[in-house]
Amino acid sequence: MYHSNRWQRLVSSLPALALAAGLVLPTAAAPLKEGDPFPDLKTFKLEGELPDFAGKVVIVDFFASWCGPCKDSFPAMQELHEKFAGKGLIILAVNLDKKAEDMKEFLSKHTATFPIVRDGANALVKAVKIATMPSSFILDRTGKVRFIHRGFKGDKTKEEYLQQISELLK
Amino acid sequence: MKILLRLSLLFVAVGFLTGCRHVEPWERGNLAEYVMRADRDPLGDQAAEHMWFSRESATGGAGVGGGGCGCN
Repeated sequence: MYHSNRWQRLVSSLPALALAAGLVLPTAAAPLKEGDPFPDLKTFKLEGELPDFAGKVVIVDFFASWCGPCKDSFPAMQELHEKFAGKGLIILAVNLDKKAEDMKEFLSKHTATFPIVRDGANALVKAVKIATMPSSFILDRTGKVRFIHRGFKGDKTKEEYLQQISELLK
Repeated sequence: MKILLRLSLLFVAVGFLTGCRHVEPWERGNLAEYVMRADRDPLGDQAAEHMWFSRESATGGAGVGGGGCGCN
């Protein structure tokens, strides 16, 4: 009767295992909210060089080459960079393309002199859980998320950036 | 009876393990490709539409004139 017992034990444990796996697998990290500290970027194995964020206001902008509004947002980001880089703002663009070549091609068409890193493994984006593409997080000088931008809506978003950055740089 | 109950529980539980999942915003690169567009082939779309309105005698719905005879 050894076999029958083993079979019964196996069958009886399967529902519990499957249920546990089914319930656990879809569970992911909660999206980052205003007021939360932004995770330490050094722990995510991003490709590229990270600037020194100490005491700076930071925009972490997630983009990909296949995302239309990301293309529109780049000139605005470049403008903000030129205007505020000397006043304590760092813009860090985080690329989410699967292939590095796609990012390179995108950057050959869109001027960007601010730091750019690649989150090829999507580890960072999974940790912060953005709601749409592009998304950006504006962090204050202490590294706390103060504003979140979901999508890029042209001049409206640009105005908001200007206002929020000016406020944080005061 | 007990084994039946356990088996049915197993089937319910397996339902949680289906391949359906939410595609995250940063995973939509493939979906954003040109070949994924429904309107990527204007000529093909026109032909399909023509066949559709001829078959359904439903001309006009898609902005095309005709009587549903399939001859225009």
